[in-house]
Amino acid sequence: MEMPAPNPAIVAKKAELVRRLTEVLPETAVIHDEAETRAYECDALTAYRCPPLAAVLPSTTQEVSDVLRICHQMGVPVVPRGSGTSLAGGALPTADSVILGVARMNAVLETDYDNRFIRVQTGRTNLSVTGAVEADGFFYAPDPSSQLACAIAGNIAMNSGGAHCLKYGVTTNNLMGVTMVLMDGTITEIGGAHLDAAGLDLLGVICGSEGQLGVVTEATLRILAKPEGALPVLMGFDTNEGAGACVSDIIKAGVLPVAIEFMDRPCIEACEAFAKAGYPMCEALLIIEVEGSPEEIRHQLSLIKEIAAAHNPVDYREAADADEAYRIWLGRKSAFGAMGQINDYMCLDGTIPVSALPEVLRRIGELSKHYGLGVANVFHAGDGNMHPLILYNANQPGQLELCEAFGADILRLCVEVGGCLTGEHGVGIEKRDLMVDQFAPVDLEAQMAVKDVFDPAWLLNPAKVFPLASSEARRAVKIAAE
Amino acid sequence: MRPETEAELAGLIAGRDAPLWIRGGGTAGVVPDAADVLETSGLAGISLYEPGALTLVVKAGTPLAEVEGVLAAEGQRLAFEPADLRGVLGASGEPTIGAVAAMNVSGPRRIQAGACRDFMLGVRYVDGLGTIVKNGGRVMKNVTGYDLVKLMSGACGTLGVLTEVSMKVLPMPEAQGCVMVDGLAPDAAVQAMSAALGSPYDVTGAAHLPVGVDGAPVTMVRVEGFGAQVDYRTGKLRDLLGRFGNVRVETEAERVAAGWRYVRDLEGFVGVEGDLWRISVKPSDGPAVLAGLNAVKAQMDWGGGLIWAVVPAGTDVRARMSVAGHATLVRGTGQPRFHPETPVNAQLAAGLRAKFDPKGMFNPGLMGAN
Repeated sequence: MEMPAPNPAIVAKKAELVRRLTEVLPETAVIHDEAETRAYECDALTAYRCPPLAAVLPSTTQEVSDVLRICHQMGVPVVPRGSGTSLAGGALPTADSVILGVARMNAVLETDYDNRFIRVQTGRTNLSVTGAVEADGFFYAPDPSSQLACAIAGNIAMNSGGAHCLKYGVTTNNLMGVTMVLMDGTITEIGGAHLDAAGLDLLGVICGSEGQLGVVTEATLRILAKPEGALPVLMGFDTNEGAGACVSDIIKAGVLPVAIEFMDRPCIEACEAFAKAGYPMCEALLIIEVEGSPEEIRHQLSLIKEIAAAHNPVDYREAADADEAYRIWLGRKSAFGAMGQINDYMCLDGTIPVSALPEVLRRIGELSKHYGLGVANVFHAGDGNMHPLILYNANQPGQLELCEAFGADILRLCVEVGGCLTGEHGVGIEKRDLMVDQFAPVDLEAQMAVKDVFDPAWLLNPAKVFPLASSEARRAVKIAAE
Repeated sequence: MRPETEAELAGLIAGRDAPLWIRGGGTAGVVPDAADVLETSGLAGISLYEPGALTLVVKAGTPLAEVEGVLAAEGQRLAFEPADLRGVLGASGEPTIGAVAAMNVSGPRRIQAGACRDFMLGVRYVDGLGTIVKNGGRVMKNVTGYDLVKLMSGACGTLGVLTEVSMKVLPMPEAQGCVMVDGLAPDAAVQAMSAALGSPYDVTGAAHLPVGVDGAPVTMVRVEGFGAQVDYRTGKLRDLLGRFGNVRVETEAERVAAGWRYVRDLEGFVGVEGDLWRISVKPSDGPAVLAGLNAVKAQMDWGGGLIWAVVPAGTDVRARMSVAGHATLVRGTGQPRFHPETPVNAQLAAGLRAKFDPKGMFNPGLMGAN
């Protein structure tokens, strides 16, 4: 993955930049020592690293505005950062950029149960939003698997999802309003505690714009009453087709589980070796979770069991209590850890139409043979969001490149069958150069035109999302202006 | 003008610079004198429907009734519950799915399921230069690039002409029930609705009619699901709402459906003269806003957060709102139809219009379009 060369004219202005930043921020909030900036050299896509020119940790919206105004005046690119958990390189800096971290802005500003929202500063972690309201019986629905660490700011930037979004939607469906700072320092409010903001749906295009349109400092989030209970069921199949058809039939029957997770044989084997959850050894395994009162859960599970029976499951286990539920989820939740134990791995994130599942799994198997790299599949089956994990050895020269080529082929396959490159991780740098496989030049042009309006100088997270060749002319305007 | 294909539409737009009024079924607005009418009805038909994947791809000019019929045959529906306001607008014609999408039309279930925009997975549109653009796709989880789908939904055609939309659809529930509390004043009604919406019983509608069908105030709370589930939840809600007043439960499907159609389509407003406004506020602000309107006829939906009101012609409803929110003039003249945006957001919107429709052709006078 290539990043643009740093602009020496900007790097040369470091001393002046640091001086001006310390005029508007406490000294401890401006990190410019070369050893200390290394803490911000990468996010969770650790294969790519580059220390930034400086990092700032503002505490208020006004401080964010001051920082952006200075960087705008000096023509310095800014890379916004939540908790740095992006798997796509969304928070990867360049050597001529300032990292703007919102980690110190983590307060709850307002909790309103009557109107069912919470307003937070966006450095707050996803799980701690639920933590702030769960004692009162509420929760915040989007639940990315990094939810212990990831920040709401990053969730909004990437429009994060999670295992339960089949029922509750992703970030954009649960975001009611934002306070956002534009690159020139202008502060604006969009939406709020009422529904459907006036005018164009700016909120809708900001969510998922990967920190390229503005820095969101505060967010109004929808909170929901916790369901009375939830229980999972586990079933094994001896073909991927059988598992896929079962998912389709459950959905057609009108049962809408909160989660439908799929694991293939390599994944089952790795998880079982790691977590010893007692999973059956078979070709495909489904974990389906339903919610409600005990009676409602029993009813839904009886329907699911009846539908599953038509697809000849080799195993079927309902959780009778919380302990059994824990054991059913144990293997799935340790899937990534299990893979990490065996090997280095790369986690992909394409989405496919659910009906294409058997074909896509078959062709991933063929690609796996072709590249000589193993792959395991975990999958949000209800919504078609795949997470193939490609196994490789990072210490062996050439394996990372081979793994990336294999990953790119899988993502192109997702697009070919009617899906997309990324379901919840975002494009970042990781999928940037594949955008031309999903979009025609005019489609990308329309998206870049939106950035032209919000950030005419292309200073906010400029080398992400769009292939460098596509965005080059726009980024060059900035450099020419130096 | 009535193009039959997307390519024909693109050619037509590329070759002109005079204003165009985009018309789906012709159910919503009045055509300004200065604009030619572009009919979208030639771009019709269902491109793809996979019930097992909850996915529908449909051309924009397809009548809404046709879409709903096709879904109903598979036991599915558009969960955002688009309203049919022809009665109250005195309009004829067939609403199209493209207009529903472009105007982000959502009904009572918006508070639980989401708005139309939340169900839109992808769009194809023709921009103001005649370029055919696609965004999003047909899968439920997609964060590939910017979400122009949301931007097009609610833009009322001012950024481009939709030619095709992909939507997530949902199963139609087996049963539905309605819990009604009689005789509440608006503030008590909002408290009751907040209690219901803050319960774990997955309420899919919460509305208050100050004057119900029988002339008395009624507060309505809806649940949907499997038969036994609806029985259980209506029972729980009956207990929960007992402290507010006399509670009744209706589980006869057709009667429940008719009651919510009455709310959704503003059936009680038909024939009431005056300006019709749609006001979105924080639910707990609803009662005070309602009291300040001096309305001839009004109802609250979305737990109190959506006020529909008929007021004497010319009333400046926005001046009477002292809280955050927005008001749309749905029927009437003399005031801007759409709520003014803040200066910064208006400038961003103007910038987007200049990019998407640089010749300023689409729907002149609507929203911020010149």
